Amino acid sequence: MHNSKEFKIPIGPQHPALKEPESFSVALRGEKILGVDIRLGYNHRGIEKACEERSYVQDIYLIERICGICSHAHATAFIQAVEEIAHLAVPERALYIRTLVGELERVHSHLLWLGVAGHEIGFDTLLMYTWRDREIVMDILADLTGNRVNYGINSIGGVRRDISPAQVKDVLKAVDKLEERTKYYIEVATEETTIIKRLSGVGVLAYDDAIKLDAVGPTARASGVARDVRRDDPYAAYDKIQFNVITDTHSDVYGRTVVRVKELMESYGMIREILKKMPEGPIAIKAPPRRIPAGEAISRYEAPRGEDVHYVKSNGTEKPERVKVRAPTLANVQAVKHMLKDRFLADMPIVIAAIDPCFSCTDRSIAIEDGKSRKKNVMTWQELHDYSIKWHRERGFDPAEINRKFHKTMEGK
Amino acid sequence: MSAEESIKKELTEAFDFIGEDKINIQRPGRIFIEVGQENFAKVFDYAVRQLKFSHLCTITGFDEKERLAFMYHLTQGPGPMLNIKTSVPKEKPVIKSVTPYFPGADCYERELEDLFGATVEGLMPGFRYPLPDNWPKGQHPLLKDWKQDTSEQKKG
Repeated sequence: MHNSKEFKIPIGPQHPALKEPESFSVALRGEKILGVDIRLGYNHRGIEKACEERSYVQDIYLIERICGICSHAHATAFIQAVEEIAHLAVPERALYIRTLVGELERVHSHLLWLGVAGHEIGFDTLLMYTWRDREIVMDILADLTGNRVNYGINSIGGVRRDISPAQVKDVLKAVDKLEERTKYYIEVATEETTIIKRLSGVGVLAYDDAIKLDAVGPTARASGVARDVRRDDPYAAYDKIQFNVITDTHSDVYGRTVVRVKELMESYGMIREILKKMPEGPIAIKAPPRRIPAGEAISRYEAPRGEDVHYVKSNGTEKPERVKVRAPTLANVQAVKHMLKDRFLADMPIVIAAIDPCFSCTDRSIAIEDGKSRKKNVMTWQELHDYSIKWHRERGFDPAEINRKFHKTMEGK
Repeated sequence: MSAEESIKKELTEAFDFIGEDKINIQRPGRIFIEVGQENFAKVFDYAVRQLKFSHLCTITGFDEKERLAFMYHLTQGPGPMLNIKTSVPKEKPVIKSVTPYFPGADCYERELEDLFGATVEGLMPGFRYPLPDNWPKGQHPLLKDWKQDTSEQKKG
C-alpha cells in the first residue's frame, strides 16, 4: 500500500460525481484526506455587473435566474432591499403570498436534497420516492405562479398573482399528502440502519467550528447553532407565523438530514397557518415607481440552504448603483474544507452534498466578447479540444505524448 | 433603550472619533457606520470582541470614483446588523484581511481582489475567486469604468 506517500488528486471542474462545475484539489495519504483546496468561479456570469446596467424591474427577473432552485429567495431578498429604499408599504396579502411561495420553495428544495443525498450514498430508491413526491409541490408552484421554477411572483411593491379559494384548497390537499409522505421519510431517516450507519460521524462540524467558520442554514443548525433569519431578522410575514427553529446536535451529515426532514414538517405547518391567516386586500401597490430614490439597504432571507444576503445601493435613477449578492453556499465553503479534513475520500460526495451546495448561486455572474470584431467568444469543438490540450500541457501533462507512448508500446507487442 | 441605541452609545463612548452623526440607525435592526481606514481595525476588533458580533454576513465592495470602499456586514445572530464602511484611495487599494477573525471571509476578500482590484494583506495562499485563471491582468469588472464593449446596452 502507498500509505506513506502523499498524493494530490484533482476532481473537477468537470467530473461525473459533480452536479455543477467546481474543482477540488485533494491531498491524500492512502484513503485519508489531508486537505482540500476548492476552486470556484466556473459559473460566474457577471450578474452583479449586469444589474448595474439594467432597470430595477429587469433586475428582478435577472436576479431570479441566479439559481434555479432558490430563485424566489434571491428575487425576494433583492426586492425587499429595493422596497426598503423606496419606503414602499407592501400590502399584507402580498407579504403572505411571498411567504407562502418561499415555504413551498423550501419544501421542493429539501425534498430535492433528500433525493440527492440518497443517491450519493447509493440509496437510489429514496431518490425515486422523494423526487416523485416533489412533483406534487412543483405542480402547486406551477399552478400558483405559472412556472415550475423561476416563479416570477414578485413585483416591486407586491406580487404579480393572487391566490384563489380553489387554489387554497389544492395547496392544503397537497400539503396533507406531502406531510404523510414526509412522516415516512422521517421514519426512514431515523430508523433505517443503513442511513444511520452511513451518515453518522461523517462530515463532522462541531458547534464552535460552525460559529467560527460562519456556517449558515441547515449546515449550521445541525451543529446546534440556532441561526435562522426567519426568526432572527423577520421579513415578509414571518413575524406573524408560528414555527420552531429546528436544530440538532449530531453535527454530522446525519444531523443535517434530520434537520431538513424536520424542517419540512415545520414548513407544512407554516403553509397551513399562512393560508388561514392570509388577509383579504390588494396584492400590490398602485403604480410602483420606476426611479428609486438614492439610498441603500441590506436584506437577508433564509433560503433553503441558509442565509442569503442582498445589498442594494440606489442613485435616484432607474438603475441601481450597486447590487451585491452573497448566496448561502459561499458562506458554507470553508466549513466543507474543515469537514473533509482527515476523513476518507469515499465520504467526499456525501459531505459536499450535505451542505446542499449551489455553486451557480455562489458564483453569480461574464461572457467574454471580442471588443473589436464584436464576435462572441464561442469556441468550435476543435478549438475547445486544442484549448484543453494546451491547458493540460502548460500544467505538465501532455495527452498527445501519452498517446504516442501508448501506441509505441502496443506496436512493440 | 433599544439594542440599536445601546450599540450606538457603546461605540460613541469607546471611540472619540465616532460622533453621533457618524452612526446611522436606518431602521430597527440596521446600523450603518463609516470610519476612516486608519481607525477601521480598532472599530472592527471592538465590534467583534466587545460587542460580540459573531457572524460576518459578507463584504461589499464599492467603486467611489477616487476611492474604493468596503462595507463589512456583521450580525450577532438574533439582533441588529452592524454595517461598517471604510475606504482606501484607488492608487493604493490595500486593506488588511479579516480572516484572523472570520476564516470564512476568505472568499469574500478574494472577490474584492478579483472584481475591484483591491490588495488584501494577510490572505492565505490559495486559488483566485471568481474570475478564470487566464483572465487578463488589471481588468476588474466591477469598477465603474470597466465596460463590456459589446454589451447590448451600449448598442442601445
